Amino acid sequence: MSHDAQVYVKSETEFNYIKQKRRKDMRGQITTFAIMIFFTLIAFTAVAADFSKYLIAPVILLLAVVQVILQLFYFMHMSEKNHNVPMYFLFVGAFFGFITILTFLTIIWWG
Amino acid sequence: MSSIAQKKGFGATLWDYLTTVDHKKIAVMYLIAGGLFFVIGGIEAMLIRIQLAKPDNDFVSAGLFNEIITMHGTTMIFLAAMPILFGFMNAVMPLQIGARDVAFPFLNSLGFWLFLFGGIFLNLSWFMGGAPDAGWTSYASLSLASPGHGIDFYAIGLQIAGAGTYIGGINFLVTIINMRAPGMTYMRMPLMTWTTFVASALILFAFPPLTIGLFFLILDRMFGGNFFDHTMGGNTIIWEHLFWIFGHPEVYILILPAFGIFSEIFAIFARKRLFGYSSMVFATVLIGFLGFMVWAHHMFTVGLGPTANAIFAVATMAIAVPTGMKIFNWLLTIWGGSIKVTVPMLYALAFIPSFVAGGVTGVMQGAAPLDYQLHDSYFIVAHFHYVIVGGVVLAILAALHLYWPLMFNQMLSEKLGKWTFWFFFIGFHMTFFIQHFLGLMGMPRRVFTFGADQGWDLFNLISSVGAFFMAAGVIILVVNIIITAVKNVPVGNDPWEDGRTLEWAIPQPVPFYNFKQTPLVRGLDTFWIEKQEGNKEGMTYAEPLSDIHMPNNSFIPFMMTVGLFIAGFGALYNGEKEWAVPVLVLGLAITVASMAVRSVKDDHGFHIHKEDLMNEKGGK
Ligand code: HEM
Ligand SMILES: [Cu+2]
Repeated sequence: MSHDAQVYVKSETEFNYIKQKRRKDMRGQITTFAIMIFFTLIAFTAVAADFSKYLIAPVILLLAVVQVILQLFYFMHMSEKNHNVPMYFLFVGAFFGFITILTFLTIIWWG
Repeated sequence: MSSIAQKKGFGATLWDYLTTVDHKKIAVMYLIAGGLFFVIGGIEAMLIRIQLAKPDNDFVSAGLFNEIITMHGTTMIFLAAMPILFGFMNAVMPLQIGARDVAFPFLNSLGFWLFLFGGIFLNLSWFMGGAPDAGWTSYASLSLASPGHGIDFYAIGLQIAGAGTYIGGINFLVTIINMRAPGMTYMRMPLMTWTTFVASALILFAFPPLTIGLFFLILDRMFGGNFFDHTMGGNTIIWEHLFWIFGHPEVYILILPAFGIFSEIFAIFARKRLFGYSSMVFATVLIGFLGFMVWAHHMFTVGLGPTANAIFAVATMAIAVPTGMKIFNWLLTIWGGSIKVTVPMLYALAFIPSFVAGGVTGVMQGAAPLDYQLHDSYFIVAHFHYVIVGGVVLAILAALHLYWPLMFNQMLSEKLGKWTFWFFFIGFHMTFFIQHFLGLMGMPRRVFTFGADQGWDLFNLISSVGAFFMAAGVIILVVNIIITAVKNVPVGNDPWEDGRTLEWAIPQPVPFYNFKQTPLVRGLDTFWIEKQEGNKEGMTYAEPLSDIHMPNNSFIPFMMTVGLFIAGFGALYNGEKEWAVPVLVLGLAITVASMAVRSVKDDHGFHIHKEDLMNEKGGK
């Protein structure tokens, strides 16, 4: 918590490395963004095209799951270093949530 | 800035505590408030045992009895056990990992005030038309039918207190993940810190279901909802699931910190490294994880069907495995140690057989067919008191003695401590052991009286006498605390002489910034390593002496809480008094305005300068 102010000068190679990395990140984010818009289009089209309910619902849910994952990894930087702990917590939380929904479905509403 | 407490007037001290964000002071407040609720819950327990001391008793009426048992359970779990444990976590954990405070000192204070005001709100029900009376589990089919405002106090009070607990839990998680001193890897964290970590993770995942359940209950009772009303398409079982998805992890939220406390005690007073450290960590995490897979064992008799019952029965029995690992590790820690039987160690030694008994009855109840016999009988009451009193309360009493010198720089009397221990320990077994048999003989739980011809008189009487022993123990403890506080003899650091972890290496009284220089952690049992190498300072430092950045005190958490407290009354009387909605809006406005002030006003804290640190006497 106690820091004397320090000025850190980057070397040339370091600078280039970071620049390259940023460019790669940017490309990833834009691609994901495009994919997400595409997914949204699919969802809307599916509804507009009047497909069967039993087709639309699973497709939209599937797309939603993929979107959440993309969101986490590309926009919330989950793929980067030092994100292990939050990732564990997310997965565990998702797992508990899944179990809860599963039991509610199987033993309250269907049972 | 001087860290040495100057003599301050009462007003200044009060203001200091109302605004403090220091984890050590918040710990003291948790301890005091939790202790107060512990006494209130204890008085309720005594009333229960007086009523049940003889058959056909009319000491309290049936309705009042229901209120008392409900408030006893709710108070003990939410307002006594958990906050007292939070007090110890706050006092010890940041010191153990070499941090200057928790990650969010402001939120730490907010969490405390929410708990306190939630607790006060709940207890005001006694004076405002009657307490809740549907049991601490408040099953919807009962609670929706309960007249008066008791249940509303329960739902809103717990919602406020629960928000505080949740904030506290997240704060501990972030602190442990981010603020460990250099060298303090996960696998070097003391067990108290590990169990704080896992218990906080359980809070993170277990409290949302409770919050949702309570909101449903609030909506159903005060705002015309129908979530649990089957005549309107709702389902009363949903409350039971939501409650127990929270409720089972909740009992582990209580017991894990107790495990942590005892792990510290065994290592300190057996003067040996904790046996099987890594398996202890593994078991803690596994218990936390499995704790979420078993909630339906509270609902075997609801009629979930054989498949669900079988799955949850097997999962329940699986928990006994990591728990057993812990027991053996503790036994092997004392094995061959050079044991010093101090008061904390006495509690720890007594804990093992007591808790094992509770675990064994737990596994019995986990067998679904047998549970059809045991469910809702006094056997269940015996089980959970064996784990909660024999585990959690013994841990709290042990920690009180163990950490008293750390928190107050004084030592509680060992002699009086032993008296407390023996009264409490004997009273505890006397009260609850016999309840197993009452259960097997058919006595249902939560009945306000029983007949003289049922053959339960003697055992109930014995049970009530035991309760008086426990009360005597607690009274001696209070006397002990008063005497110690009045005498006020400073004891310095490492008063037990065998401290192993960082918190014992800090000079006493602990400076408000904790560590003048951040320590370097060179292994498990840091302090012990330094002592072995003859390091008089007890610490190796990771940084040169430099300015320390500290947060400012703030009154905003208190105001935010007051707002919610006021809003609670608005919600409670909704549809009944015309001032209800305005009060609700006013309360929420106070909270939101306080939050806005907090967001808009820049508060960068302050620095303690290097020169001041060097002159500091208390810092060394
Ligand atoms: C080996 C570990 C354990 C097992 C297998 C176990 C199993 C069970 C089962 C099956 C029940 C439900 C009985 C019924 O109502 O028919 C129960 C109730 C209960 N258990 Fe445990 N338990 C264990 C440990 C604990 C611990 C560590 C605590 C708390 C520190 C605890 C606290 C409770 C409470 C409070 C209840 C009663 C809830 C109520 O109905 O009011 N248990 N236990
Ligand atoms: Cu349980």
